[in-house]
Amino acid sequence: MRTVRTPVVSLRISERALGVSTAIAVLTVVAAVATMVTGDFPLTVGEVLATVVGQGDGYADFVVFTLRLPRLITGLLVGAALALSGAILQSLSRNPLASPDIIGFTQGAATGAIAVLVLAQGSMTATALGATASGLLTSAAVYLLALKQGVQGFRLVLIGIGVSAMMLAVNSYLITRATLESALAAQAWLVGGLNNRGWDEAQVVAAVLAVLLPCALVLGRRLALLEMGDSAATGLGVDAERTRLALLAVSVGLAAVATAAAGPISFVALAAPQVARRLTGASGPGLAAAALMGGLLLVVSDFAVQRLFPTTQLPVGIATGAIGGLYLVWLLAHEWRKGSTT
Amino acid sequence: MTRLRGSELTLSYDERVVVSGLDVEIPDGSFTVIVGPNACGKSTVLKALARMLKPRTGAVYLDGEAISTYRSKEVARRLGLLPQTSIAPGGITVGELVARGRYPHQRLLRQWSVEDEQATAAAMRLTGVHDLADRLVDELSGGQRQRVWLAMVLAQQTPILLLDEPTTFLDIAHQVEVLDLCADLHEDGNHTLVAVLHDLNQACRYATHLIAMKPGVGVVAQGRPADIVTAELVEDVFGLPCRVIADPETETPLVVPLRRQRVSA
Repeated sequence: MRTVRTPVVSLRISERALGVSTAIAVLTVVAAVATMVTGDFPLTVGEVLATVVGQGDGYADFVVFTLRLPRLITGLLVGAALALSGAILQSLSRNPLASPDIIGFTQGAATGAIAVLVLAQGSMTATALGATASGLLTSAAVYLLALKQGVQGFRLVLIGIGVSAMMLAVNSYLITRATLESALAAQAWLVGGLNNRGWDEAQVVAAVLAVLLPCALVLGRRLALLEMGDSAATGLGVDAERTRLALLAVSVGLAAVATAAAGPISFVALAAPQVARRLTGASGPGLAAAALMGGLLLVVSDFAVQRLFPTTQLPVGIATGAIGGLYLVWLLAHEWRKGSTT
Repeated sequence: MTRLRGSELTLSYDERVVVSGLDVEIPDGSFTVIVGPNACGKSTVLKALARMLKPRTGAVYLDGEAISTYRSKEVARRLGLLPQTSIAPGGITVGELVARGRYPHQRLLRQWSVEDEQATAAAMRLTGVHDLADRLVDELSGGQRQRVWLAMVLAQQTPILLLDEPTTFLDIAHQVEVLDLCADLHEDGNHTLVAVLHDLNQACRYATHLIAMKPGVGVVAQGRPADIVTAELVEDVFGLPCRVIADPETETPLVVPLRRQRVSA
């Protein structure tokens, strides 16, 4: 722990958390640079930098601004949003397995997307809007059903699982009613991915993150106190129920914008916060480190699917599951072997 | 005027009314202990005083104003709460946990002022957990852990402290240790303490003001233990035939249950 004190600011910072966060940020930059310079149209770092500041030729302009940069930025922001969303839910429910899937968000969003695709043959924007609206509605329904003199994490998770199963049934039904073409489109949406993502997606995610990220970080301190139980948190001056509702709203908002931009990318929301928490050894939710970890996981995964399988257009969700899952399993096994109990 | 009182309180969980029309005053500077049999609503009253439970009717007043009109952080600067059960986050050290008691005094950019550091250290010294500062809370014994939680509440530096069954799950030596600590705090003169206790004899020994509650009735007696604790009161409240004698150590009332009368067939 290191203490920083100036006349305006006094903070206590964990050196380990700071070191780990810096390392994650550096790795993200390395992965981002690798993504920008490699591929079917190799560029040098100098060419990329020149293009970014407006000094590139037409060919480099196209590769950087149309093909690579928007996809990279979308991936980075979607990863951060998903990880943040998952970190908040895991902390609120005191359940390390919680993620937007668990409160019904993901299946609810899928229902909206499939409905738009199958019933109305909607455009990509319409699909994203349908998914967002339906995901938000489902989460709100889960919250209201779980509400009983305040919401307890356990009840929220159980009702979320029940509602998810229901929505899954609706989704399967909708797909059986679809034409082959729209069933394929629905399937593609359900896997999620960053193929053909452009500036529109990047801008929307950036705008929403610009609002919700500061909210999450400010609420993060109260979230840490809520982990000690409602009584202890109330005793310390946290309005437990209002804080929980605000945090749920932020979490669902983040999941919504990430899903609208890239579909339901699996596992980032579950794995990134866990990996971050284990690396930083933090006793609190560690939202900043989780967000950084989510960005890194998605950027590395997208780099892997683009460069290792350039012709198959493999969706990034497959790589996040493989890379994030492997790393988490390794980390847990390593920890248990050392004899630690968490 | 007392700083903390409840007026006309009706308290319920869902539809089940536990306490109705209850008036309760906590004398300033007292070590008040609430006793009564299971389900008499003693913890419920404490929860209401700590604004954990919203009364169905009536209100709790802190310094003359309804407690619900304060911002939650403002209440937390005047009134600390040691809940019956709390969850220590995994991987947290004693020092970090105690420091969390400073939250109501902190702001977004002022999270670790010199006062925060001093209050945290003082609370740990007072409770004797200073040497454990870098240990993980998970690794401590039950007695140590309870002292750590108490240290967290003390770091809050509130003039009023509410303790919900602070001795549950502790063996008798640790029970006495925690209660002695509370008595020390009270004798220093800066704290008003309110505790819910199960053990009537401990309550009589430590309380300066005793509140006896009975299920379905509410408060049946309150005052100095020596003035109110009689065999009739214990029989009325707990349904326990007993003798009340003077505690050989402290002269406070000591409740001795009568020998069982075997009913022969």
